[in-house]
Amino acid sequence: MNSSRHTPLSPAGSPLHHDALHDSALRHVTGEALYVDDLPEPPRTLVGWPVTARVARGRITRLDVEAARAAPGVRAVLTAADVPGVNDVSPFSHDEPLLAAGEVFAVGQVIALVVGESYDACRAGAARVVVEVEPLPALLTIEAAEAAGSYHGTPHFMRRGDVDAALAAAPVRLSGEVRTGGQEHFYLETHAALVVPQELNHLLVHSSTQHPSEVQAKVAEVLGLSRSAVVVEARRMGGGFGGKETQAAHVACLAALAAARLRRPVKLCLNRDQDMVMTGKRHPFVSRYEAGFSAQGDLLALRVRAVSDGGWAADLSGAILDRCLFHLDGAYYIPALEFEGRVAKTHLASNTAFRGFGGPQGAAVIEEVLHRAAERLGLDPAAVQRRNFYGEAPRDHTPYHQRVEGDRSARVFDELTARARYAERRAEVEAWNARHRWQKRGIAYQPVKFGISFTASHLNQAGALVLIYADGGVQINHGGTEMGQGLHAKMLAVAAHELGLRAEQVRVMHTSTDKVPNTSATAASSGSDLNGQAVAAACVTLRERLRPVAARLLRCAEADVRFEGGRASDVARPDRAVPFEEVTQAAYMAQVSLSAAGFYRTPDVHYDRAAGRGRPFHYFAYGGAVVEVELSTLTGEHRVTRVDVLHDAGRSLIPSIDVGQVEGGFVQGLGWLTREELVWSPEGHLKTHSPDTYKIPALGDAPRAFHVALLTDAAQEGVIHGSKAVGEPPFLLAIGVLGALRHALQSARGGAELAALDAPCTPERILRALATPPGA
Amino acid sequence: MHFYLNDERVDISHIDPTTTLLRYLRDEAGLRGTKEGCAEGDCGACTVVVLDPARPTNAGASYRAVNSCLLLLPMLHGRRVYTVEGLAEEGAGGAREPHLAQRALMERLGSQCGYCTPGVVMSLVEAAHRSDLDEPWQVDDQLCGNLCRCTGYRPILAAAEAVAGARPEGRLARGLSLWGGAGAAEEARGDAEVHRAAGAGRALAAPSSLEALWAEWAREPQALLVMGGTDLSLMITKRFERPARLISLELLPELRGSEVETLPSGERRWWIGATEALSDVERLARDLCPSLERMLRFFGARQIKNRGTLGGNLCTASPIGDTPPALLALGASVELRSAAGARLLPLEELFVSYRRTALRPQELLARVCVPLPAPAAPGEETRHDRAYKVSKRQELDISAVSAAFSVTLSRPLAPAAGGAGGAPPVVVAARLAYGGVAAIPTRARAAEGALVGALWSEEALERAVAALAQDFTPISDHRGSAWYRATVAGNLLRGFWHEVSAGAPARLPYRPTAAVSL
Repeated sequence: MNSSRHTPLSPAGSPLHHDALHDSALRHVTGEALYVDDLPEPPRTLVGWPVTARVARGRITRLDVEAARAAPGVRAVLTAADVPGVNDVSPFSHDEPLLAAGEVFAVGQVIALVVGESYDACRAGAARVVVEVEPLPALLTIEAAEAAGSYHGTPHFMRRGDVDAALAAAPVRLSGEVRTGGQEHFYLETHAALVVPQELNHLLVHSSTQHPSEVQAKVAEVLGLSRSAVVVEARRMGGGFGGKETQAAHVACLAALAAARLRRPVKLCLNRDQDMVMTGKRHPFVSRYEAGFSAQGDLLALRVRAVSDGGWAADLSGAILDRCLFHLDGAYYIPALEFEGRVAKTHLASNTAFRGFGGPQGAAVIEEVLHRAAERLGLDPAAVQRRNFYGEAPRDHTPYHQRVEGDRSARVFDELTARARYAERRAEVEAWNARHRWQKRGIAYQPVKFGISFTASHLNQAGALVLIYADGGVQINHGGTEMGQGLHAKMLAVAAHELGLRAEQVRVMHTSTDKVPNTSATAASSGSDLNGQAVAAACVTLRERLRPVAARLLRCAEADVRFEGGRASDVARPDRAVPFEEVTQAAYMAQVSLSAAGFYRTPDVHYDRAAGRGRPFHYFAYGGAVVEVELSTLTGEHRVTRVDVLHDAGRSLIPSIDVGQVEGGFVQGLGWLTREELVWSPEGHLKTHSPDTYKIPALGDAPRAFHVALLTDAAQEGVIHGSKAVGEPPFLLAIGVLGALRHALQSARGGAELAALDAPCTPERILRALATPPGA
Repeated sequence: MHFYLNDERVDISHIDPTTTLLRYLRDEAGLRGTKEGCAEGDCGACTVVVLDPARPTNAGASYRAVNSCLLLLPMLHGRRVYTVEGLAEEGAGGAREPHLAQRALMERLGSQCGYCTPGVVMSLVEAAHRSDLDEPWQVDDQLCGNLCRCTGYRPILAAAEAVAGARPEGRLARGLSLWGGAGAAEEARGDAEVHRAAGAGRALAAPSSLEALWAEWAREPQALLVMGGTDLSLMITKRFERPARLISLELLPELRGSEVETLPSGERRWWIGATEALSDVERLARDLCPSLERMLRFFGARQIKNRGTLGGNLCTASPIGDTPPALLALGASVELRSAAGARLLPLEELFVSYRRTALRPQELLARVCVPLPAPAAPGEETRHDRAYKVSKRQELDISAVSAAFSVTLSRPLAPAAGGAGGAPPVVVAARLAYGGVAAIPTRARAAEGALVGALWSEEALERAVAALAQDFTPISDHRGSAWYRATVAGNLLRGFWHEVSAGAPARLPYRPTAAVSL
């Protein structure tokens, strides 16, 4: 495997736009990096063990915890009756009780929490909890929920033109169904919280969360406290991927409830099986479509009805559905369309955010539509993709009526297909297939156009607090959380750039709600866009306060002071310079404030969901992948053999970090589409609740030839230092695996039309596709 | 009993013997660099390295990466354990110089969230100090037991390639030279007939001779035998059951090692000690028995193969165990021993019913006997052995179907390209064995019957594939449907026929696309 590196490590000047290591890299490899379960427990710390529902839906007819309370080592058994405040941990829909009250809606829903001196004691206590549940009919599939009319929220529509007329007039018509499965986050660190009571009724909550402010709010509501009584600290996560955006609140609130009740520190860390059973996953989707094309492969009309499985509570399902609809266009202009989206309400774990947030599920639909059209017309799917990209007016309007400005799809396509020799390799693949009976190869292009911003527009805000000490030491605090994505490294670079320091001279502090209030989740790929602007703003404020001080020390004009390389110097006489710490010491003596807050809000984003119209995105991130696969017609096993990626990270803040996001996102997407299969029993029990049975990609699944490059000369106006968000968009690149598998299958099936290829494409699905009659 | 943790001696005679090393490290020793990701040996976040002077590998003494979540503390008696905290070199003024493996991973941005990282580092440490990393697939194999959800693995593989076999100087190199010798092995065994650890009402005994074992077992007939613990420990970490009495086979030289015996007829038999680690069997099989090596390639993580044993894999009698089909096809037998003596049993008679064996009370599986094929002389009978494993994920997964086939043909096959007419050879003997299709690992007798005596032809092949329906009826579960299992079972036989007919090598290539490599 190889990947290009653009710039050298350890630059002399500003660390921006240069490769850098992860800020915690040394702590990671030495084992010094601490996660919630690694923190030293304060004296008298107790642990918790949840008692969970074993039926998918039912009425609790008896809940007796007295014997459990009397068990040795058990200090409390808490139920809904013990919640002093609001028994709810939902982000806003008020439909997710912390502890089941009267009814249960999914296997794994928490009914009681046993708190004790050890996990062994808690388990023994849990075995004595008597729960009797009268089962009620449960809805366990999207189809069952639809038949019962069981939905969360309201439908979302987008419309343009007369789709019926356009479909009727289209020379080529297709219809079908695209199904994509759920995906377990499988962050290596499971959900964890340690809650330590403070003086009065205050609580300190250590939480593995992407959203400390929401954990703070939920803990306060559950306990009936003001948010000012709760401090949530999030040092780092062992992976999040969306799974700790809303659902960290549940574990933290359980621990907080126990800690507040017992006035003792309480730790709750889910084990892997508990985590996989109890918490939500990526939303499975079933999308039915009708499409019309010209004989040349121009997409003329598309109707899609996309339905997700939201699980038992709404969580973020509505916003995830919205983002699915926002990405049903993929990278393509659609003249006439009607999109409808719904969230099915079932009795499974409540599904939640996962990298891409519905976007991949939407893009997968249109890619299947385009590939089928190309196969029907005998065209190279890449040619069909290329001719349908957004372009000049009127081909520049999305289904939600936002204009696409400066579309980069064609540029990325042209650069990458040339670099990866797409056309020649497609011919080589077909020649190879003609010579091989038992193995077939396939190759495909995959474009990505991903909208950047929270689609709930008010969330696009961030704050920072920067402290400079008299000796020149700098601490930055911002509202973003570090889950491995390298946000802190980027924030260090931004701060160092503005203050003229090396990144090592700046320290980033643990994310804490007592430094920056009312933060948004670190989600929607927005971490560095939003927090970077806030950090920069605070640093600029401080730098400008230091400027007159430095000018006095240098005896030059304020405008001539430059902060660079850990010094303030006189632009006119660069030999005259004073160290940063001398400036800060002088500033302190001159009674200059050395702390400042920064704030940022994204301008001009808004969306009217009822009208299906607005400007939900600040900009789009682009990317392209050429994916090659090989499959066995005997077993259906397959392997991604080569991937070439050209990704648009704007003017990357730290290229080495961004390349890591691209590679990791791709492989995670590959897992979603090929390996990771969630299986439930007919009663709604998750059968695949540990890595024994649920298979995320292992080392050998990553493409051996993996060439990732970032688009050059790609600065994005209006974003921090010209960069672009990079957390989620690369995940969608992996949809190319499906295109490549379709190509190989088409070869193996002698060109017979394959109507549907459901994901995940496990070996069994591939073997079934091979055995499927033409057109079925 | 005792072991050394990052060079400090730890006494473990008075501790609950069902305590796993991971729990000890995190809860007792305060070493929290080692993480729990799954508590079942599937993610590798808890990986540490163990230097076992008593069990030098056939590649020489070496650090072995193992899952600390599956290791019971008494099983470490006499060993040296290093964790991620114990790698750095103490420099002048308290400065700590990271190990090569740590630097290599850090510099390539091989960590993102950092949670899998200590485990990855420890697997890299084994790689760095190994002397037998000769082929690219071994580097994949070294790391396949470490799941990472962030990086997409490219930088991790790059780090592994950079450190593999580098044998860096420093603390661990000194440990290897100081403690890797035979003298250290003697010290570990000591004089005691039986080493013991006990606590919390539970006890483990580790006899150092078979005689001591029989005596101990007679005293504690309910005790469970434990060796690698890769299966048994799941009882503790997943089902939260704690056996009160355990007998460890770690210190029994009689159950260890392997040798090739040549009979007066010239026939060769490979005897493998039941407690031989699978990674050692794999290495030896490379030359002796390529079909067994092929099955072991994607058997499980390196960490599991470093602890799991051949005897353990057979005695769990799982219908989806992977070595049973491979050994059934090879015509292996097992030597069973008890205080009363030894008996040799054909392997297929060991498996009685779902997870039940023919072992009698207080009898154990001591050795496995694998008949090796004689080198083929021109014009004479030739044997073809292949093994196949099909799972959702190739690495570190449990098979949906596994199979192993052995056919003896009346003469060598003509080179495929030659097409020089003439009838194909006759099938003289056939052993077709499957896992994952029935309640026990099983031979497909009807399919064998369709082949034996027939010409080696596609017609005979298709008759054999059709006959599989009489041999077994697979079930559906989360690993595959009955349809998939039945289809693949037939297709593997087809793949075998074509592999053999095409003269494809018995060994798998690097990163094969599928179990069948055509």
